[in-house]
Amino acid sequence: MDVAIVGIGIHPFGRTPERSGLQQGSYAARMALKDAGVEWKDMQFGFGGSVSAGSADALVNELGLTGLPFINVNNGCATGGSSLISAYNAIKSGEYDIGMVAGFDKHDRGAFNADPKQMGIGMWYGETGLMMTTQFFAMKIQRYMSQYSISRNSLAKVAEKAFKNGAKNPNAWRREEISAEEITNAPMVSDPLTKFMFCAPGEGGISLILCRADKAKQYTDKPIILKGAAFRSRRYGSFEVFAPSQALEQVDGPTVDASKAAFAMAGVEPKDIDVLQLQDTESGAEIMHMAENGFCEHGEQEALIQAGETHINGKLPINTDGGCLASGEPIGATGLRQVYETCLQLRGEAGDRQVPNDPKLGYTHVYGAPGISAVTILERQD
Amino acid sequence: MTNKVAIAEGLFTWPSDNPALLGSRCQVCGIAEFPQKLSCPACGSQDVKVEALPRRGKLWSWTIQSFMPKKPYHTDETPETFRPYGVGYIELPGAVCVESRLYENTAEKLEIGMEMELVVDTLRHDEDGNEVVCFSFKAA
Repeated sequence: MDVAIVGIGIHPFGRTPERSGLQQGSYAARMALKDAGVEWKDMQFGFGGSVSAGSADALVNELGLTGLPFINVNNGCATGGSSLISAYNAIKSGEYDIGMVAGFDKHDRGAFNADPKQMGIGMWYGETGLMMTTQFFAMKIQRYMSQYSISRNSLAKVAEKAFKNGAKNPNAWRREEISAEEITNAPMVSDPLTKFMFCAPGEGGISLILCRADKAKQYTDKPIILKGAAFRSRRYGSFEVFAPSQALEQVDGPTVDASKAAFAMAGVEPKDIDVLQLQDTESGAEIMHMAENGFCEHGEQEALIQAGETHINGKLPINTDGGCLASGEPIGATGLRQVYETCLQLRGEAGDRQVPNDPKLGYTHVYGAPGISAVTILERQD
Repeated sequence: MTNKVAIAEGLFTWPSDNPALLGSRCQVCGIAEFPQKLSCPACGSQDVKVEALPRRGKLWSWTIQSFMPKKPYHTDETPETFRPYGVGYIELPGAVCVESRLYENTAEKLEIGMEMELVVDTLRHDEDGNEVVCFSFKAA
């Protein structure tokens, strides 16, 4: 049983003081229902998540008390991806025909302040100033740059591209282009990463309607088939966020594992993918995730970025909606935003930021604390 | 003379003239972990023993924390007196790679592969006037 995405909805990302996170979630849900031409009462199940904006299942109070089972998902930055995979399995099992996935969030300004106790780490770790996601990403790319000769200019170019794409996206938060020079010269947050190289916690909502693929054409002319969907947590020996210590010998991280599993499920290879969204918590993450997801060898990113191949009109268009850097990071919605953007691109409805050459296969990847990753491979059904 | 108390029990040998971090080592697969745990993160065995970790090692990677973190960060600093601090992972040979604050706090003084050694230093003062001490690493 294949599974199709037949409806997509978004609440603009950024800051919306007049709407709660839940209201942003409900806005996106109504838009997805309308897109699929269905009503809330047609939904047989829901999976959803929010980290800072209350329980996702409170959506039923907004959309109507129909009695459907709605399950809350809470999996850090992979919350959206985990909701999607749960819905995928629910339909694939044959138990349900159609249902909703929802993700929304609303975070306070400034960097996340994670609680060591929630991760099973002593309070000393936070008190001494080590419980910072920003430090992890900085140290990972710092070592990667020295191992694989990635330049500081490439870090700036990744962010420059994100803001360029964001400027073309009406739902992005940061909609002004910023030059690589200004990005490089901005205040250093965590060496080698400057202020404009990091995404910021924000707000937004996404909703998707999924159904059995054999019924998809009832709802839309352009169903998007979920060809592969995989979620993995870390194995011993991978370098992960919030780790007071790590192994002396490294192994592949959860991104590599999830990516390989999704490609195997879909029966396609990285070279077949036409458009991709990779977790870009900061510039370095996009660079490292290019290789971890199998789209190039370690170190090849430098030439690809310098040649502009990761732009919308390049060979390997990455984060066509501006990614986390331009959209911000509402944790519950981030992974689903990537899927929303990919559906738009595959439908040919991405407007000014449409990837040329009629993309048919898309790829999404999220990574989150404390070492989890979710990948999907999406295909347009003609 | 003020009293020096460790920020957490069981993190490093204290009081000591020659303090060392305390890790746990799995007696089944030989993996070491810091801080000490009741089971092995690699194989799940509960047969683990606490041991003092090497006091010197090589810098695996580093960064500089340039802004003052939000709570639970807890030092004597205010946003006005905050001083950027280094953060890094140090490979302790034959044991494990540990994350630590670094004594050095400018990019010019830090390089992957450099030799580092453990120091125990004051992080803050508590309400009783004790010095709360924690481990960090500095260039050897």
